[in-house]
Amino acid sequence: MIEFRGVSKRFPDGTLAVSGVDIVIPPRKTTVLVGSSGSGKTTLLRMINRMVDATDGQVLIDGTDVSTLEPVALRRSIGYVMQNSGLLPHRKVIDNVATVPMLRGVRKREAHAAALELLDTVGLDRSLAGKYPSQLSGGQQQRVGVARGLAVDPNILLMDEPFGAVDPIVRSELQQELLRLQGELGKTVVFVTHDIDEAFLLGDQVVIMQQGGRISQAASPAEILANPADDFVADFVGADRGKRLLHLREVDGRQLVVDDDGRAAGVLAS
Amino acid sequence: MNLVAGGIAWILDPANWQGAGSIPVRIGQHLLLSLVVLAIASAIALPAGAVIGHTGRGKQLVVMVSGGLRALPTLGVLTLFGLWLGIGLAAPVISLVILAVPPLLAGAYAGFEAVDRRTIDAARAMGMREREIVGGVELPLGLPIIVGGVRSAALQIIATATLAAYVADVGLGRPIFQGLKTRDYGEMLGGSILVILLALLVDGAFALAQRLVVPAGVRATRTRELRSRPARPRTAVGRPIHEGNRQ
Ligand SMILES: Nc1ncnc2c1ncn2[C@@H]1O[C@H](COP(=O)(O)OP(=O)(O)OP(=O)(O)O)[C@@H](O)[C@H]1O
Ligand SMILES: [Mg+2]
Repeated sequence: MIEFRGVSKRFPDGTLAVSGVDIVIPPRKTTVLVGSSGSGKTTLLRMINRMVDATDGQVLIDGTDVSTLEPVALRRSIGYVMQNSGLLPHRKVIDNVATVPMLRGVRKREAHAAALELLDTVGLDRSLAGKYPSQLSGGQQQRVGVARGLAVDPNILLMDEPFGAVDPIVRSELQQELLRLQGELGKTVVFVTHDIDEAFLLGDQVVIMQQGGRISQAASPAEILANPADDFVADFVGADRGKRLLHLREVDGRQLVVDDDGRAAGVLAS
Repeated sequence: MNLVAGGIAWILDPANWQGAGSIPVRIGQHLLLSLVVLAIASAIALPAGAVIGHTGRGKQLVVMVSGGLRALPTLGVLTLFGLWLGIGLAAPVISLVILAVPPLLAGAYAGFEAVDRRTIDAARAMGMREREIVGGVELPLGLPIIVGGVRSAALQIIATATLAAYVADVGLGRPIFQGLKTRDYGEMLGGSILVILLALLVDGAFALAQRLVVPAGVRATRTRELRSRPARPRTAVGRPIHEGNRQ
């Protein structure tokens, strides 16, 4: 369990990126931080592995204040996946995946064997192991990034817009893979996106952030839709328009569900 | 034309290939002196450039130091140190180190600076220590540019090491100064030609090294990019560093 208690972050230049955040991130579930650009999602995420230190309040992992933990050891126990994969361009795929285990002292042969298995896990062909990141497609690179994040078998996986830079088809493929993986592995995933659809698809808990790094609402997608905390949230999730505002319409004796623009979204099960 | 022929004749004269001040001995001295200078200057400038490039702090220092040192005329510095330290190698070594530090510092700094911040950030976020980032990420990725700095320094040292003969009986500057004094233009030119050849040779070797140190993964990108954009070739890394070549 990750817990933020009254956490604020003011950068040296005076920017208040996160302010007064209280939130509990339940274990073995996916929590998605969503909000527009500059709302402090990345900053909040990076306070978990001490890439950013809070200026106020506490971040606790299983009850331990992270500020009491040594940053390098902490980071090595947490998976981190970022946009554009962040792979080391001069190392082969397999070495990228095995980097942290080998830094932790795992022998090369074992680290490589484990890395190959991780390629299977994330749905990559083992023949890619000897390639360099630049020789892979964007989607493949992201999968390697996920494999690398999983390499130390972390309890916590931090993902910062991991699918932000791939095309919609590949993105949807990767999202499904992540759901499958999460079903198998049950990690505590903290996922950042500015795409509300992605947030609702992946999140058990969705945290909606506003400019100034404040949390507007943290709840399940269903609760947020049923009960948006304020106008900002209602507007952000689009509960009052478009494809989220659904109506019933009878066509040829069957109940169809259509969205606000009148496009058919599906059939009501009887 | 006659002069060049005289120079070549001097080089080919078997008499100049034997004895204490023979051409091979001079070349050996010249190279050794250059190597010693390069080693000393590298030991000073490369770690400093690495620290500044890694931390991003002290950039002004690089600009100031390299600008300031570059403005010093090597011949003047040599004369000053020569008067102070007397005849011998100390004065030329110091002067040449001063000449070599700016390109080395700039190369090391630029090499570290050029590494994608996101790559470094990802390395840190997954738990690499700072020295692991320096040695395992920044150094290999920045090496082509760093070697470019060494190359530029080496070229300047070899060309300028001729001045060592001004205060010491060392290197290929000797025939040049001697020829000048005795009006033996063949000898003078022969010495110059040898310096030029040596400089070209060393520069070629470094050019090769610069290509070889491009990491395979980065090279893979480069060829792919070149293939997809054949009309506009560009170097992905290792942008050559053009330094002023003042003396
Ligand atoms: N190192 C820093 N120094 C100063 N200000 C920063 C720093 N990092 C982030 N900020 C500022 O803090 C605020 C929040 O940034 P953050 O990166 O957390 O936003 P985000 O929600 O992740 O945005 P995006 O969706 O664009 O990634 C922004 O105003 C940003 O400019
Ligand atoms: Mg962000």
